[in-house]
Amino acid sequence: MTSDPSPYTRPRPGTQPPTLYPAYQSTVKRSPKRAPIRFEHTLSEVTGPSFADGWAGPEAADLTRQHQGSPLGERIIVQGRILDEDGRPVPGTLIELWQCNAAGRYHHPVDQHDAPLDPNFTGVGQIVTGADGFYRFLTIKPGAYPWRNTPNAWRPAHIHFGVFGPGFATRLVTQMYFPGDPLLAYDPIYQSTADAAARERLICAYDPELSEAEWALGYRFDMVLRGRAATPADPARGA
Amino acid sequence: MAAKLTPTPSQTVGPFFHIGLDRPEWGDLTRGNPTGERIAIEGRVLDGDGAPVPDAMIELWQANAAGRYNHPEDRQEDKPLDPNFRGFGRVATDAEGHFRVVTIKPGPVPGRGNALQAPHITLAVFARGMLIHLYTRIYFADDPRNAADPLLSAIEDAAIRGTLLARPAGAGNPPVWHFDIVLQGDNETAFLDI
Repeated sequence: MTSDPSPYTRPRPGTQPPTLYPAYQSTVKRSPKRAPIRFEHTLSEVTGPSFADGWAGPEAADLTRQHQGSPLGERIIVQGRILDEDGRPVPGTLIELWQCNAAGRYHHPVDQHDAPLDPNFTGVGQIVTGADGFYRFLTIKPGAYPWRNTPNAWRPAHIHFGVFGPGFATRLVTQMYFPGDPLLAYDPIYQSTADAAARERLICAYDPELSEAEWALGYRFDMVLRGRAATPADPARGA
Repeated sequence: MAAKLTPTPSQTVGPFFHIGLDRPEWGDLTRGNPTGERIAIEGRVLDGDGAPVPDAMIELWQANAAGRYNHPEDRQEDKPLDPNFRGFGRVATDAEGHFRVVTIKPGPVPGRGNALQAPHITLAVFARGMLIHLYTRIYFADDPRNAADPLLSAIEDAAIRGTLLARPAGAGNPPVWHFDIVLQGDNETAFLDI
């Protein structure tokens, strides 16, 4: 017999978005009416896929060198760590990133925004975190773009991130925003998280220490995954 | 206890996730030729109007045929790991909300206490219009072990319980199991708070 796994924490009220947030109209028909069924975590929830075996390499973390020429836009470094709630680094986990170009257009057939595509920018990257949970991407700052949620609605500039963490219960897909963006006040996706401190986690910080002279602006963005309600008997998680 | 950091809030995958996340080969978990009974799982993702959701993504996580997860916290040393089976899959829906994955039937895995969980696959469902992903499970309708499964047993309403059951849907090669994911409405899938 195996011992019961130590469960992951549940989010504190307001620190994650609800499934139904009518200001974001697409949630109205895509949110369940019944409350989800709560049960204690088993092996099925605390285990999850590992991507520590080099599925992504350093070249996938530089979005500015995936084509013959350089993409248009403001070159930026996005760097940070993946941590759990106790501040412990999460090593060996896959981060996936996607974004629009500097003009606010995705390299995607569904995106028909009247802004130019950039033949030198796809807007896709991956990396596996290092032993200290560290990651670093080089990319360009994405543009704002209109969407049809309400008339004349605009998404603030953002970069999409997906992170796995140690278990299927720690899976996180989120968006990173930029400090001081006036569109944040009007964006229901950003505003959907009620807790202001939790919401702030979605905004990266400009960090002059990360900027590289004559080359790129540096932003710091740590992502925090759910932690354990109690320390597991054997916290070792192979990197 | 030291103050904990607040976890980063979830945000929707949006309508353009395919460029970053859609890798069609990840819809086939049998690429490495693992041990076990190969099956296909097909279905649709539907919204509260019964309309197909063409911009959804499903991630799958499961044990191998012996009922062991490819993860260091699964310490069932009596069961073999399958070096050819990672246990993770991902598939996006098409314009009609359809998806299809190919995998192997997982073995049963331990529950809490001395319970045994019937064979199941854990799903995470993402879409435009979903601010946070939803979890659910696929069980297999004909499995006698379902009767003693702790989660299924805890759902009193048979119709709700039935939303977690994939049903045989044809003797293809591999055989097809049908499983719809209904985000809202009369046949709403039982989602799990994990």
